[in-house]
Amino acid sequence: MIKKTDVSITTWILIAFGTVNIAFLATGKLGFNGKGLGIITAVAITLAMYSFLYKDNPVFKIAENIFVGVAMGYSIIIVWFNILKPDVFEALIVPMFKDTGNAPQYLVIVPTLLGLFMFLRFSSKLSWLSRWSFAFIVGMGSGIAIPNFINAILLRQLEPMLAPLYTGSFWGTIDTLLVLIGVVSVLFYFFFSMEHKGVIGGVSVIGIWFLMIAFGASFGYTVMARMSLLIGRIQFLLKDWLGIIQ
Amino acid sequence: MNFLKRTVPMIIAFVMGVLMAFQYYVPHEASQNLLKVVTRWGMIISGFAMFIGAYSLFHMHWNRIKHKVSGWGYSIFMFFGAGIAIISGLYNGGELFWNDKQSGTMFDWIFDYVQVPAGATIFSILAFFMASAAYRTFRARNKEATILLISAIIVMLGRVPVGTMISQYIPIAADWIMTVPNLAAKRAILIGVSIGVIATSIKIIFGIEKAYLGGGD
Repeated sequence: MIKKTDVSITTWILIAFGTVNIAFLATGKLGFNGKGLGIITAVAITLAMYSFLYKDNPVFKIAENIFVGVAMGYSIIIVWFNILKPDVFEALIVPMFKDTGNAPQYLVIVPTLLGLFMFLRFSSKLSWLSRWSFAFIVGMGSGIAIPNFINAILLRQLEPMLAPLYTGSFWGTIDTLLVLIGVVSVLFYFFFSMEHKGVIGGVSVIGIWFLMIAFGASFGYTVMARMSLLIGRIQFLLKDWLGIIQ
Repeated sequence: MNFLKRTVPMIIAFVMGVLMAFQYYVPHEASQNLLKVVTRWGMIISGFAMFIGAYSLFHMHWNRIKHKVSGWGYSIFMFFGAGIAIISGLYNGGELFWNDKQSGTMFDWIFDYVQVPAGATIFSILAFFMASAAYRTFRARNKEATILLISAIIVMLGRVPVGTMISQYIPIAADWIMTVPNLAAKRAILIGVSIGVIATSIKIIFGIEKAYLGGGD
């Protein structure tokens, strides 16, 4: 239920926003061109999104839905220009009807058909054909994943664990030893084939401590990344729009 | 019919899985070309999958409007945003969609002044929610929570100038946390994840794991 006070607050904010922007356009602070109107649009979207900090409100919901729609529309167009146009339309369809100097790549029919089979998911009688497409993607992904995970992750992570502990310096050696203890203890924590009691229980508790430090570090890192985004948006409002800071 | 519905997909997964796993160990040009072609095929199929996602979104919002579900009016704005983006993308600055993508068009304008700021703002809002969640959950209730709290505080302070102002050792401690205990835990997690992915992939290739086929016939 929208309260009367919320409506009046929104109206006043919209009037203030409109007045400020008309003044900026009239004084030439913002150009009446793509960039100037773009900044006003971006500011409107930014402020609408931040209005959620007050509470969930219609302005935020409108901005949110526009964002979802634009993101979907953008993805569709990018898929067309980056994948379907060069690899299906120009490689197969155009050369079939027009002399482009290139022979049609008939092999492309296979992924095109498999792609189209996916739409049969909506048919009750032919939905089983979409399984062929999923099987292709899942099988291909699994096949690529096995050697790549062995080489790029598993062996790469195990390799430093097999190096000598002594690195030439006392503190370096301590750090290497701590990493070894950390990796082994965390692996013990995730090893559920044995009951976590006695020595195994003790080692897995050390694993939990290492995990907690890592989770704390990840949390701190994520907070700082979000903070830098927040600073970026505030800089945009103060610099690009209001011109208060240089 | 069961052969086409259940066996053929498993054969496709097996053939593709074995082929792609073995091509990695064959350092021949033909093997490299096979990887390129099949990866491209995968992208084409994923491209079509994108349209299923679009259909799903549009269908859901259309039903909201059709059945006048509470807040249905907002769905109109979803169609408005998608419509503007799709039409400007297809119009392609007057060159239309069957020609090469033009730059500096209305479509790029929408990306620069709608999608980028909206995405950045949504993610920056998370800073407030994370701070509020941290306030509620980051109480040193037990040993583990205390370790997590101290680690997070040191890493956060180590990344800003105020950390150095408090003590010159805070950034050093933050770096140490990232490169020693954090590395150890992440390394163990990655080893576990890798073994899990490899085991699941083998199960898929040999038809033990069939969840991707879905239910029904």
